[in-house]
Amino acid sequence: MKRLMIGNEAIARGAYEAGATVATAYPGTPSTEIVSNFARNEGVYAEWSPNEKVAVEVAAGASIGGARTLVAMKHVGVNVAADPLYTFAYTGVTGGLVIVSADDPGMHSSQNEQDNRGYGRFAKIPVIEPSDSQEAKDFTKLAFDLSEQFDTPVMLRITTRLAHSQTLVEEGERLAIPLKEYKKDAPKYVMLPAFARSRHIEVEKRMQALAEYAETSELNRIEWNDPDLGIITSGVVYQYVKEALPEASVLKLGMTNPLPMGLIKEFASKVKRLVVIEELEPVIEEQIKAHGISCEGKELFTLLGEYSPELLETVFKGKKPGSYGLESQIPPRPPLLCPGCPHRGVFYTLNKMKLIVTGDIGCYTLGALSPLEGMDTCICMGSSIGASIGLEKARGEKFAKRLVAVIGDSTFVHSGITPLIDMVYNQGTSTVIILDNDTTAMTGHQDHPATGLTITKAPTKKLDIEALVKAVGIPNVRIVDPLNLPQLKEALEEELKRREPSVIIAKRPCVLINKQKTTDKYYVDSELCKGCKLCLKVGCTGVSFMDQEKVAVMNDNCAGCGLCPQVCTFDAIKRVEG
Amino acid sequence: MGNQTNILIVGVGGQGTLLTSRIIADVAVQLGYDVKVSEIHGMAQRGGSVVSQVRYGDKIYSPIIKKGDADIILAFEKLEAARWLDYLKPDGMVIINNERVNPLPVMSGKMKYPDDIHEKVGALVPDTMIIDASTIAEKCGNQRAANVVLVGVLSRVIGLPVDEVKKAIERLVPSKALEINLKAFQQGFSH
Repeated sequence: MKRLMIGNEAIARGAYEAGATVATAYPGTPSTEIVSNFARNEGVYAEWSPNEKVAVEVAAGASIGGARTLVAMKHVGVNVAADPLYTFAYTGVTGGLVIVSADDPGMHSSQNEQDNRGYGRFAKIPVIEPSDSQEAKDFTKLAFDLSEQFDTPVMLRITTRLAHSQTLVEEGERLAIPLKEYKKDAPKYVMLPAFARSRHIEVEKRMQALAEYAETSELNRIEWNDPDLGIITSGVVYQYVKEALPEASVLKLGMTNPLPMGLIKEFASKVKRLVVIEELEPVIEEQIKAHGISCEGKELFTLLGEYSPELLETVFKGKKPGSYGLESQIPPRPPLLCPGCPHRGVFYTLNKMKLIVTGDIGCYTLGALSPLEGMDTCICMGSSIGASIGLEKARGEKFAKRLVAVIGDSTFVHSGITPLIDMVYNQGTSTVIILDNDTTAMTGHQDHPATGLTITKAPTKKLDIEALVKAVGIPNVRIVDPLNLPQLKEALEEELKRREPSVIIAKRPCVLINKQKTTDKYYVDSELCKGCKLCLKVGCTGVSFMDQEKVAVMNDNCAGCGLCPQVCTFDAIKRVEG
Repeated sequence: MGNQTNILIVGVGGQGTLLTSRIIADVAVQLGYDVKVSEIHGMAQRGGSVVSQVRYGDKIYSPIIKKGDADIILAFEKLEAARWLDYLKPDGMVIINNERVNPLPVMSGKMKYPDDIHEKVGALVPDTMIIDASTIAEKCGNQRAANVVLVGVLSRVIGLPVDEVKKAIERLVPSKALEINLKAFQQGFSH
């Protein structure tokens, strides 16, 4: 019987059915559930890698070692992994290798909305785009075959809407794929110039062969309807086309690199009006136009964000959805740090001390928002430390007396270690705070090298962050409790004064793991509360303000972390005794 | 398009909207429909406004509901009912849990929570139902079962077979919380 699966679970299932035995990933929304689901299978190896570059390198090794291998990451993760990916595209594979790029149009949980179909063209690897969970499973299986047939890594490109939508999937049996024989083959796998030159020839031959394959592949199909309107589309947008324009003829592309130009020409010649509908970049449209086929595309559709069925109706039928006109009265509800979150103490302090803060990627990026507003920059994973060094080099040592880099534990392991080495090597003097909450919280609490547990929760050697930081040469390292405000403030004041780099490890587990909530309860003594609203500056849903009575009150959301009592200057917030 | 049911489930991250959409979708699968569910994970879940969308019928293409095409909006929080109201069909129905969760701009005193918001929705949509799901859930033994009370209300409104919904709850709710949740469902259903 068919079963509902999110796209990510379907990809994991597809890899399992294809006989894959190795899967690697660094967690990142919207890709995380791919490898976490794969890891639940018996008889496979899966890992959380420290970052996406390592994930692709481990995957490349597994493929060279003869195993069918899956590697998954979010779109910006491919940037981190681009170096091994571009050259692994030259060497090709032994066991089939599928790399999943989970793009995030609309930036539901990302810092940009780059279109990774561009990587397919740039790295010269095939790109496959499923449009629902059944296709996600089937295309993944097929991608392993293509990878081995054409001796290339294959990119399976999905978007958030596919990754996190559940649709029905028919499960199949797992194929018994034996491990391929390991043979030393230096001209194929050692990419020094002489060998790489001959591999580049193979890459170009391969792309031609793939372009021929694309013409007749089951991945691409025409659905004939009214020939007045012909739509070329791919991925989940196909579903919006079927929903909003049921009368149109459709060329559905399951493979968007290389494109089946013959099939596209045939389709174009038989329809009156040809429109390409693709989210983000005009990847298909520009290639079609470059082949002298006239079509419409981005003059009708935006380069920004996610598409929807109603957007298509608006463009083609002039139908605008109605409105009840309530929006102007509705306060926004932005995401925010959880009650009891240890990061809150850090950002409250950074804001209060008016420090300049280079931030990083994680839940704690929310520390940039009102009322904490404790962050000046956030660019990409690991950028906080490098940005801090650059700010100091541009503006001088005096500036560094107010300069702090803030980075989470998982992000630090991902890509914070090399910039920390740079800070030592090139004599930076600013302070780094490692927010060590013992997990990768933002993506749903995955383990990492410093938690001491693997993807299957098996115990492993635990990375000692403090020892590591000392080993790279940071002279001043101390551990503080981020919810102990006087201790944190004192540490910052002392470390910022120094003319050498310092690391403060703000250590306290995420409030959402292992039932970290204490049984402590707090209340506001309304006799002592002056209604100054200072407690609201911590930006916690556990404390609210009664407008009429002009006093603060604690509510059920309070996690008992004890932060707001430290902020109240009238000692009005008290712990419930007993 | 034939017969289709589009349900938009809205609330605040952490209120349990995902479980509700999964129960409804599970029942629709058992009844032999084509089913699609869309939800958003990640940063928005941290106490932000959340939405999950359930669509079922003979054939479903888009996993997301068109604006103006939802048969029912099931709101776990009053303000969220108003925020997503433009997704409702002209003759659609709104079910609102009588629960207020202040968003950050309200807590910090920068904006006001519109106190009469559910009345405004009621004035615009004739078919509006207000339910004290948390109170009902508390009487069943745990306030956190409010989401399953709302499953009960919704099941009656859209005519889902009681036995199938109960089976879905048994499949999706941990066994130690099952008794309270089945009670909560029954209370919601007969509300």
